Amino acid sequence: MVVGVDLGSRTIKVAAVEDSRLVDFRIAESGYDPHRQSLEMIKGYHPARIIATGYGRHLAKRHFADDVITEIKAHALGARHFFPECRTIVDVGGQDTKVIALDESGKVLNFQMNDKCAAGTGRFLEIMASSLGYGLSEFGAEALKGKGDVRISNMCTVFAESEVISLKNHGTLPADIAKAVHISVIERLVAMLARVGYEDTVVFTGGVAKNPAAVNLLKERLDIRILLPEPPDIVGALGAALYGT
Amino acid sequence: MSSTQFEIKSYPDMWESLGMDVARFEKMRCVLGDVFQTTFLSQENRPQRMDYFNWIVSEIHGGRIREILDAKKEGRPVVGTFCVYVPEELVIAAGGICIGLCGGSQGPIPDAEKTLPRNICPMVKSAYGFKVAKVCPYFQSVDFVYGETTCDAKKKTWELLNREVPTYVMEIPQMKRERDRTLWFEEVKDFKAQIEKVTGKTITAEAVTEAVKIMNNKRKALQRLNRLQHHNPSPISGKDVLLIEQIAFYDDPVRFAEKVNLLCDELDERVKKGIAVAPASAPRVLVSGTPMAMPNWKAHNLVEKAGGIVVNDESCIGTRYFKDLMDENMTDLDSQLKALTDRYMKIDCSCFTPNDDRVDQVLKEYRDSGAQGILHYCLQFCHTYNIEAIKIKEACEKAGIPFLAIESDYSPEDIGQMQTRIEAFLEQIKG
Ligand code: SF4
Ligand code: SF4
Repeated sequence: MVVGVDLGSRTIKVAAVEDSRLVDFRIAESGYDPHRQSLEMIKGYHPARIIATGYGRHLAKRHFADDVITEIKAHALGARHFFPECRTIVDVGGQDTKVIALDESGKVLNFQMNDKCAAGTGRFLEIMASSLGYGLSEFGAEALKGKGDVRISNMCTVFAESEVISLKNHGTLPADIAKAVHISVIERLVAMLARVGYEDTVVFTGGVAKNPAAVNLLKERLDIRILLPEPPDIVGALGAALYGT
Repeated sequence: MSSTQFEIKSYPDMWESLGMDVARFEKMRCVLGDVFQTTFLSQENRPQRMDYFNWIVSEIHGGRIREILDAKKEGRPVVGTFCVYVPEELVIAAGGICIGLCGGSQGPIPDAEKTLPRNICPMVKSAYGFKVAKVCPYFQSVDFVYGETTCDAKKKTWELLNREVPTYVMEIPQMKRERDRTLWFEEVKDFKAQIEKVTGKTITAEAVTEAVKIMNNKRKALQRLNRLQHHNPSPISGKDVLLIEQIAFYDDPVRFAEKVNLLCDELDERVKKGIAVAPASAPRVLVSGTPMAMPNWKAHNLVEKAGGIVVNDESCIGTRYFKDLMDENMTDLDSQLKALTDRYMKIDCSCFTPNDDRVDQVLKEYRDSGAQGILHYCLQFCHTYNIEAIKIKEACEKAGIPFLAIESDYSPEDIGQMQTRIEAFLEQIKG
């Protein structure tokens, strides 16, 4: 057995692989001590190797992992496991967004990551949801009902939040605001996809892939097929485990 | 030099006499010393003859300053520069010294931001900050600062800088047509007159011939180092080469060339014996883009920490500074100044339009250096390089060369993200 650990900024994902098959996975909040949390999460497994990826990969390497790979490579490997032909991956996680282009054989050709700010990430959605008083899953469901004629024009999270509040105070329907917030995230993603280049099917991974409004909007904007791994947030951890086999 | 003792030497009395903020500067000096220790001295298997360059760094705020002050006493001009588009030969012909002023550190940026807008490049803010905070002994020592019109941030900042220190501005054309060449020729003549005014002496053709030889020798030494850097496995780290190239901008050119050649002799030996600083399998990266003023070592450091090696630097700190030599056979001033003009017009700074020569040059250097990928490094708000990166990216895509563009400043806050990108880029190269 090989275990992959993806130490993300918000959550830690663990995937256990045997003979190139996913046999188990676990997901938990990163908490204040990601090192200890990771150790908790791999308890009970008896892996031959542990491969770490994600923001905390070097921390893991210092303490318990045998090797590390970047999130880019991990997602490439993980997505290919679910969809062996795929050439384009978008990953929208807690703090960052990535777009990865692969060649036919699955080698990384090109990739992009968002810059320092939170615009276009899961964190952005989360902040806007809470300023409207929604939980994350409610927020996505609500956005599905929105009309789509309202726009959020600020990229900066802080300004976008005040824009949301002022829309609310002007009596705009919460569903329409929710939709506007999702549109803003997806437009950022579409611009990144355009810069990297994409094929007619895109694999959507990361926590935000669980959000039906985000998935629908991406499909609409690009007129492409979207493939969703199940669950979408363990792709990185799975890729790391596969790397170790 | 034992690696635990490294210290940048302190000269408080001299600094005091230069009107510096000594207390503040003391802190910066210590920080630089520590960073130098962890970034450079901790490298394994460094060439022995890096010792000279370590020593130069240890005397960065003392020994070299003394030399400059002595030159000034003898009436030799000392010019502070920010660009490779300065006809250094003319300064040297007047017995003078060119000092590349740094502007590569985060430290004085808050000082600059008290006046300057925040959204201009960190190089300009850092440089301006060094002056207004009085924390750069070079800035305090120069006769005048040479400014040029390569970008908007610079050319407008010179107007403000001129209030703090005399700032002489040359107009760099931004196209390369005949009329631009004529303009630049006139500018070169004016620059000569400016130096003569500062020194009260006339620059002769013989002096220019001598100066051209000195600069050619220095550039040849750097070319030789660059060729050795291309060897696989690399006998020297890209970080060390970067340091030497940065020192090239403020060390005495004759002594510097000699020391670089001595180092190259050692590197020749290393190549013969197969002594290397990284295995032949280490991913080989060419860095291209905005020049990295001292002490901006971020990109090279991240590449090499992640197991790659920088084998070439196409920037003004790197090959753009030394790739072109000058004809040494000119004997009259007019043809010398024309030749000088021609030499400088070959520099492919991104301020030029069109600038396809640079794209070709980057690809050529990629092939010559045996690199396996191109890292385009650009300072935030440096629009010309940032936009030109698109053309380099397209050329790379066409040629199947792995390419990564990074935009950054001097602050440490994006190091995690840069590290992830660079590691992923190295994985991409390894396949
Ligand atoms: S990049 Fe352009 S402006 Fe900057 S030093 Fe080089 S030639 Fe001068
Ligand atoms: S880095 Fe770019 S923006 Fe900054 S001074 Fe140089 S050319 Fe201008």
